Amino acid sequence: MTALATTLNGPHRRVREDVLNPLEGLSFWYLASAAFFSALVVWALFAWGCQIFWGIGVAGIRRPVFWGLYIVNFVFWIGISHAGTLISAILRLTDAGWRKPVTRAAEAITVFALMIGGMFPLIHLGRVWLFYWLIPYPNDRLLWPNFRSPLVWDMTAIFTYITGSVLYLYLPLIPDLAEMASRSQGWKSRVYRLLAIGWTGSDRQWHALERAMKLMAAMILAVAVSVHSVVSYDFSMSIAPMWHSTIFAPFFVAGAIFSGIAALILVMFALRKFLNLGRYLRPLHFHNLSKLLLLMCLVWLYFSASEHLTVWYGNEHIEMTVFNARVYGEYAPYFWLMVACNFLIPFILLGIRRLRTLGTIAVSSVAVLIGMWLERFLIVIPTLSYSALPAAWGPYQASWVELSITAGTFAAMALFYMIFAKIFPIIAIWEYDEDVSTS
Amino acid sequence: MSEQLVPVSEIQSTDDNVPRWGMAIDLDRCTGCEACVVACHVENNIPIATEGDAAMGRSSHWIRIDRYYEGTFPDIKVKYRPVLCQQCDDAPCEPVCPVYATYQNAEGLNVQVYNRCVGTRYCANNCPYQVRVFNWFDPEWPEPLELQLNPDVSIRPGGVMEKCTFCIQRIQRGKLDAQAEDRKIEDGDIQPACVQGCPAEAMAFGDLTDPESKVSQWAGVGRSTQLLGELGTKPKVFYLEKSD
Repeated sequence: MTALATTLNGPHRRVREDVLNPLEGLSFWYLASAAFFSALVVWALFAWGCQIFWGIGVAGIRRPVFWGLYIVNFVFWIGISHAGTLISAILRLTDAGWRKPVTRAAEAITVFALMIGGMFPLIHLGRVWLFYWLIPYPNDRLLWPNFRSPLVWDMTAIFTYITGSVLYLYLPLIPDLAEMASRSQGWKSRVYRLLAIGWTGSDRQWHALERAMKLMAAMILAVAVSVHSVVSYDFSMSIAPMWHSTIFAPFFVAGAIFSGIAALILVMFALRKFLNLGRYLRPLHFHNLSKLLLLMCLVWLYFSASEHLTVWYGNEHIEMTVFNARVYGEYAPYFWLMVACNFLIPFILLGIRRLRTLGTIAVSSVAVLIGMWLERFLIVIPTLSYSALPAAWGPYQASWVELSITAGTFAAMALFYMIFAKIFPIIAIWEYDEDVSTS
Repeated sequence: MSEQLVPVSEIQSTDDNVPRWGMAIDLDRCTGCEACVVACHVENNIPIATEGDAAMGRSSHWIRIDRYYEGTFPDIKVKYRPVLCQQCDDAPCEPVCPVYATYQNAEGLNVQVYNRCVGTRYCANNCPYQVRVFNWFDPEWPEPLELQLNPDVSIRPGGVMEKCTFCIQRIQRGKLDAQAEDRKIEDGDIQPACVQGCPAEAMAFGDLTDPESKVSQWAGVGRSTQLLGELGTKPKVFYLEKSD
């Protein structure tokens, strides 16, 4: 295969050089940033350790705000995870040719964002060491979890989603793993060979892989939509003011896709810069994704306006308390910043063609990530802060524990991604080959 | 506060011999003295929050006195409302618990199984009365209060939700005593600590399926209302107040 590779010509050879070169060696800056992110992750783990040892009271949550930043982050990260699956599955199913350099980068985001997001429900448990009680495992007292609880649906959905998205990331990786095995020596080769599960590249295998990927794309699409609907049910199934809303499921799915696209664009900028992949992640890709971002920005506005208009017009006093706190009251700065980040900035920068450059696309993506995080914050906190009885109202102030863990998860995302991009080719080589051969 | 949406006469048990516990609180008698709060703390081994914890919203009371002010100073009127678990027939806290740590027992009590609770705190978010209390840390009592712990009530560890039980240990004791004396439980045999401790005699506790019981009589009067009854939770605590 090594011999074969050297005989490859033109673009086929070039893509191997470009994509596989970053996998070689560890530069100083790579190690330095890995050390920095690791330090943040270790600090977050220390904070979590404190919380387990002393009690969840070291976090800032208090009555009546029983859910705080942990749940905000949970919803945010599950939203980010929609980058990969939805975008890559939709593009794969519609056979959009330009998707090919983008899909693996997107699918990897999904897996890591889910790993991080899925941790938050555990981090937020009062007795995390008993988390497995939510799982319907056989036990001699015949105790079952409560299948009526949205939290059990949630756990089921997330386990399904993470299983599916790992498979969905893994399947298109197999041919590349086989090639990596033939290109490397020693233990590395053996590891890649093992991961390639006997891939030889026969017609039968290609046929099976194509079918499996089509099938997974179709299934993962349904799973992704259902997962964020179920996440929204954690809120909308309750009778808390402004949570009990029928619009939440589609609103959450749309918001997830919105923030997912923004995350994908930023990751692509990072890959382009640090791995010198400018030849593959071309302005075309950023422009196409930014149009998707613009579309989702308008969808977000539509849902958000529908939600707030309905509550405002209905003028039901318990709901209006939360509405007022959000729009005019103590949470108003966050609210209007969210509107600016989620609508004004991307709409102006991406909607006006002259303003749409790679720079403004990056700015819009950062704005959308900030805006969507704020949106999750505004959904979780004001509702709990202003519950039905005025006598039970109370504020929320996050402590160093929540802030450390939040920072740590962003660092974890960067770290996971750095390691992944060091071990696996971040662009599907075989898909690129296919592209070159057919064009 | 709302009209009594579920009349007390409609509260039924699955079985004729099974009582359905309820409470009535006469707000026109309540002086807001908080004797019920203290009695509840002593009876139910509720941890005492420090000043800092209380300021942070970490105080634990299974019953609290909500204060509402009407008018402007100096023409001000204070209204007190003792709020405890309403033992809802359709309790929003129950279905959301992923591990069945809270459920409705046969006597209509919304019971909390401390050992089963993993601390998702969903129940507390979904309780419109905010009467659920979370143990943010393992409980501590300043000396010498640990000497007065009630042996009939378990100590709840950190990370676990708890709430008013209508003094289920007293209900149990009442049933056992009646059984030992080979008689039926009579109205007034069982009194939760708050009811017993109320100097104004503003609270009544008993079986809502017995039309002769004090609580049924009180809950049936025209002044009777339910807190946030419009949410459809069917509370079994009735508040008596004259409308003005």
